[in-house]
Amino acid sequence: MADIFHGAAWLQYALGGLTIGAIYALVALGYNIIYNVTEIINFAQGEFVMLGGLFGVFYYQTCGLPLGPALLAAVATVALVGLLLERYVIRRARHATVLSMIIVTIAFSILLKGGAMLAWGKDPYRLPPFSRSGAFLWHGVAVQPQALWVLGIGAVVVGALTVFFRTSFYGKAMLACADNADAARLTGIPVRTMVLLSFGLSAAVGAVAGVSICPITLMEYDRGALLGLKGFGAAVLGGLGQFYGALVAGIVLGLAESFCAGYVSSGYKDAVALVLLMLALFFKPEGLFGSKEAAGLKRF
Amino acid sequence: MSSREKTAFVGLTVFLAVFPWVSALSRSFSHYVDVMIFAGIFSLVTIGLSLLMGFAGQISLAQAAFFGIGAYGSGILTGHFHWNPWAAMLAGVCVAAAVAWVVGVPALRLKGHYLAMATLGFGVIVHIVMNEEVDWTGGPSGLGGIPGIRLAGRKISGDAAWFYLVWAFVLAAFLFSRHVLHSRVGRALRAIHDDEKAAEAMGVPVSSLKVQVFVYSAVLAAVAGSLYAHYVSFLSPGSFDLMWSIRFVLMVVFGGMQSLWGALVGTVLLTFVGNEWLQVFADFEILVYGGILLVMALFVPQGLVVWMDAFFRRRSRLQPTPSDGGS
Repeated sequence: MADIFHGAAWLQYALGGLTIGAIYALVALGYNIIYNVTEIINFAQGEFVMLGGLFGVFYYQTCGLPLGPALLAAVATVALVGLLLERYVIRRARHATVLSMIIVTIAFSILLKGGAMLAWGKDPYRLPPFSRSGAFLWHGVAVQPQALWVLGIGAVVVGALTVFFRTSFYGKAMLACADNADAARLTGIPVRTMVLLSFGLSAAVGAVAGVSICPITLMEYDRGALLGLKGFGAAVLGGLGQFYGALVAGIVLGLAESFCAGYVSSGYKDAVALVLLMLALFFKPEGLFGSKEAAGLKRF
Repeated sequence: MSSREKTAFVGLTVFLAVFPWVSALSRSFSHYVDVMIFAGIFSLVTIGLSLLMGFAGQISLAQAAFFGIGAYGSGILTGHFHWNPWAAMLAGVCVAAAVAWVVGVPALRLKGHYLAMATLGFGVIVHIVMNEEVDWTGGPSGLGGIPGIRLAGRKISGDAAWFYLVWAFVLAAFLFSRHVLHSRVGRALRAIHDDEKAAEAMGVPVSSLKVQVFVYSAVLAAVAGSLYAHYVSFLSPGSFDLMWSIRFVLMVVFGGMQSLWGALVGTVLLTFVGNEWLQVFADFEILVYGGILLVMALFVPQGLVVWMDAFFRRRSRLQPTPSDGGS
């Protein structure tokens, strides 16, 4: 029995799928945070991931910081970009239609992409793995310690966000803004601050995804759009606004993509997640874990 | 048509009629005919997109994909199978319409802006197919050897002939779209744009109208793609990626979503910007586009044409006239 595990190709694909799936889950969480507070879909979410990876490279290689502080600095910088996006762009457009809001976030995303291309050029960059130990064999499958880091970080972030939104004062206040911004304001919740916080938090989660994937897949300026789109697929599949749903759906997408690359065609692996996204939008827009009733109340 | 619009339309037609002659007079302007051919091809895409954005209130990020379906449809059917170019154009248009219907029906039946994400995903899938199906599309190295186009027994050759052919298509699309907008359908679309629920309550078939507009925009994009394929005779997937879809959105936003004139003006201006004036800073192109899109969306949401129109009306109102009785 133990032999079906030993060195099996499928086990290797599954591990790769879990790792990339955890990244999609983190990107999906970024959408969910902003969506939960403002009901806006932020088309620049993928660029936060890209910026996270590239700022990590900047602080580690260019500024020569040790790895830990460099990663924290990268996450903080991208969070600042998220705050600036809200304060100077989204807030100006807050009375605009949903259509204008989509155009505004698309515009911001291509500004970030263009800026990254000017700053870092078109080459891919790599960060060192978070722990120094090399890959080891487990049941005949090569395991990179970085893959375990990605999985662990994904689980921790999902847990922390769930606790934050369910139990903490700030988390509940942020959720109240989405339910009814006017009622929230009447009860004394500073709605604008909460919206601002949600963009910062979402950008930070995106950056965490970026720095943790950079040692495995490298990072370059034009990776944001596809990462963002697949992350959105995970967010929709899991039910917009649902944190655990995003985690499960992200991993489903990652596994589907990895098995497609292994057994069907590596050229079409990027299409798998997108086809699943479209199927979800068409047949189950409330997601695997969302309720139809709740979806009916949402604006997007 | 109002008299202002009639004057503008006659002016446009005269301008187009003399443009190839005038630009041929000076060597430094002669290649502007080529730029205007591209502007015309892109205008077909943006006229359809402006109906979708400005009047149905939806955004599509897959117009480059429909443009590509028309282009590759023509390229493959005429190149591999030696079809007549016009039959190939018709086939490409039918495929694009069918695909748009399949994508549009479920996405538009949902509330809000699922179409944005559905079309974004669909556009990326089409781009992947273009890169991967090497036997048919030539993959990343491109598809060449697409024959020219014949009209009434004569081959369309030379910039002037192409210019008139393309702009004849544009004027036809413009007049037809204008006619649609001033019909029952157009009034229904404006009602949807203002308030979807109220429109539905008044008996406007909201989602079926939105799907029709989306399919119409895909058809125009496919016609444009087919003309593009025959004009440049070489296709590569890079001309049909997400950035091009965003460029089409930018052209519409720049000129003004809620006017067909806006789509024309925005497309011509930005085609000149892209082909002529931004060549110097190739790497800044994407930043310039992002900047323009952001500034327009935030500060001039009505677009250049409406803004200028309002600006000049305000100016003329400031002139003291006898009839300006304290309004």
